[in-house]
Amino acid sequence: MAGWVKYIGFFMTVVLSQPVLHADEQMIDVEALHAARPAKNISAYNLFADNQSQKPNNGLLPYDLIVPLFTDYALKYRFVHVPEGSSANYNDSEAFDFPLGSILVKTFAYPADFRKPDKNIRLIETRLLIKEARGWQAWAYIWNDDMTDAKLKVAGARMPVSYIDKLGLSVTVNYAVPNRNQCKGCHTKDREFTPLGPKARNINRDYNYKFGAANQLEHWSVIGYLSGAPKSSQAPKVPRVDDVKVPIAQRARAYLDINCAHCHRAAGPASTSGLFLTFSEKNPVNWGYMRRPVAAGRGSGGLEFDVVPGKPDRSILIYRMASTDPGVMMPELGRNQVHVEGLALIRAWILSLD
Amino acid sequence: MRDQVIKVMISLMFLFSASVFAEDNIIHVEHGPDAYEQLQEALILAEPGTTIMVAAGRYDFVDALSLDVSDITVRGAGMDKTIFNFKGQQAGSEGILVTSDRVTLEGFAVVDTPGDGIKIKGVDTVTIRVVRVEWTGGPKASNGAYGLYPVSSKNVLIENSLVIGASDAGIYVGQSQNIVIRHNIAQYNVAGIEIENSYFSDVHNNISQNNTGGILVFDLPGLPQGGGHSTRLFNNIIQNNNTANFAPKGNIVAMVPAGTGVMVMANRGIEVFDNIFDENASAHVIIAAYPRKYYDDAYIPTARRVLLTGNKYGRGGFDPAKMIKTLVGSRTDEVYSDIIWDGAVDGFWSFMFGIDDDDSILVDEAAGTTMVNLNIVHEIYLPWGSSLDQNIENYRGTRARLQAVQLPQDQKQE
Repeated sequence: MAGWVKYIGFFMTVVLSQPVLHADEQMIDVEALHAARPAKNISAYNLFADNQSQKPNNGLLPYDLIVPLFTDYALKYRFVHVPEGSSANYNDSEAFDFPLGSILVKTFAYPADFRKPDKNIRLIETRLLIKEARGWQAWAYIWNDDMTDAKLKVAGARMPVSYIDKLGLSVTVNYAVPNRNQCKGCHTKDREFTPLGPKARNINRDYNYKFGAANQLEHWSVIGYLSGAPKSSQAPKVPRVDDVKVPIAQRARAYLDINCAHCHRAAGPASTSGLFLTFSEKNPVNWGYMRRPVAAGRGSGGLEFDVVPGKPDRSILIYRMASTDPGVMMPELGRNQVHVEGLALIRAWILSLD
Repeated sequence: MRDQVIKVMISLMFLFSASVFAEDNIIHVEHGPDAYEQLQEALILAEPGTTIMVAAGRYDFVDALSLDVSDITVRGAGMDKTIFNFKGQQAGSEGILVTSDRVTLEGFAVVDTPGDGIKIKGVDTVTIRVVRVEWTGGPKASNGAYGLYPVSSKNVLIENSLVIGASDAGIYVGQSQNIVIRHNIAQYNVAGIEIENSYFSDVHNNISQNNTGGILVFDLPGLPQGGGHSTRLFNNIIQNNNTANFAPKGNIVAMVPAGTGVMVMANRGIEVFDNIFDENASAHVIIAAYPRKYYDDAYIPTARRVLLTGNKYGRGGFDPAKMIKTLVGSRTDEVYSDIIWDGAVDGFWSFMFGIDDDDSILVDEAAGTTMVNLNIVHEIYLPWGSSLDQNIENYRGTRARLQAVQLPQDQKQE
């Protein structure tokens, strides 16, 4: 690239970022978010006061989950917007019923070194879910190297990412940015696009807001984002998977709930398998206990049952979680690596079963 | 027999030519390095009513394709011209996934997917025509499970297509209804064609050959849609299905004995007529109960109301798989049979008083056809007095026949 082009690029970047850097009071551009066509660049929405740190502009509320979905160890920044004058309806077991105009934003990022997870963070993609009259629309934007802007990728993309992991080892992953259909591959309930994360049981935790820590369910209610929610102590809550004080069965089921049950449930895309992994599923055969596979193909790995009590190595669940072969691995999408910690948890749980 | 061969061959003449219609809304996808992005973008952004034309060429894709817009046609230049090669696929448990209604896929090939070839999930009205799904390395356990795989769908038409090498079933329709599978070739799969937990299927004028089992009609317990019924298998050529079973263990098809022509397991209302069976080494037709433990109160494991008539049987049962040898051979010195029924009936009542006429197994075949009833239930209740029944005349009879399956796809063409 010629030097002067680079110079102009730098100049433009400085100019464009000026107002953003100094104006915390800026609003996100709701009109742009609700335009008939998605913007080509994410900057059109004015979502962030600062891209790099993912500091949101007014109108976007950050939130966290108790148990996040595993996505190749990516860090995630989550935000929600609910239009003035309307609110999401609380639901005990499903994702909240958001009003028209609601927006969910999730940015995926990697630190250069997971031993210093707050430093040198590289943004990869930001996904938008926008509730329109025709249903939730899903778009993925891929950040440029300077993290000045992100570009819409309708068909998804592959992004090679390198980082140092917690053990100090160098890892390269061919990170997959999903397209809209792939998003829907998980975000489906009864064929309709649906959000996954904002379920009572998974956001019922504290968040460190600017004014201090508060329970997210209660704060959402206070600011009018949510209506009909009970007190947080009355609402369901999944345990943290790394909280060893919690019985392993509950932690394992919480893990399977967030990582698998969006498909593996009666109303989900994997309904035909008959394997249902929701946190509330009571019937042992339904959650895999001595359950035979139906259409697993070579995903069975020559094993006969999904979960064989006490025998992780004879359980198809383990075989598929431990694989990165697309014809075998579960979940089908969203990971190119094995989630070592998740696998260890599920192994230990199966070992504990009688 | 000759007439039937000619009839099937004529219907197969259309196999390798894609049809072309005039449409207003066409998106062209050209061959080149951006083809994946172009095609996947078209599959997402196309308006209903669009035809997406994919130019001839071999496309190496590392990610799956998916379609969730209704009323779309995806058309290649032919099953040997437009080839989607998924050998290097990095994610996605199938090559192509369709989740929208009234979709037509035609004139292309999907080869070497690590998982399933083309999966159709939860749709109303889908047509797959002149499509090839193939694992090019021959029959191997490492091949994907299903070639053409509609599930939880209705009004399913698969025609003039070719499936080779699936490690489970080449053409597999599960938990669906209103299904027509016609004029296809399925070969070197574990199961050539399988209808599972489905209602109202016509499987006709296909050639199913060199699979482990030619055509399977199964009903399995513990699934959202159970109680499979009303399947007609007719005018098919089912031959040489003697490939050693290469399905990964744990899957139900892994227990299908090599050398099986047709296997009916735990269904009700199955008609098998006017087919040609030849050179299936274990048996041309096996009628059996689901053999495993199950936890499903609504499930009926026995095969009921089966009718076999007008089929032609060439040499069969001449070199049965070990399982058949153990089941049959241990109890008789007689030659093996064209037709094997396990004789499993629904409980002690049926054992004492016979099956209801409505549920009986009827065999109305030409003289010289051989059959054995293993009388499994007798074996259970009276192991000391049990014997095989090899008198085919005991099963002769006829009954009211199933109606042909009507599809909206066929109404439109008329």
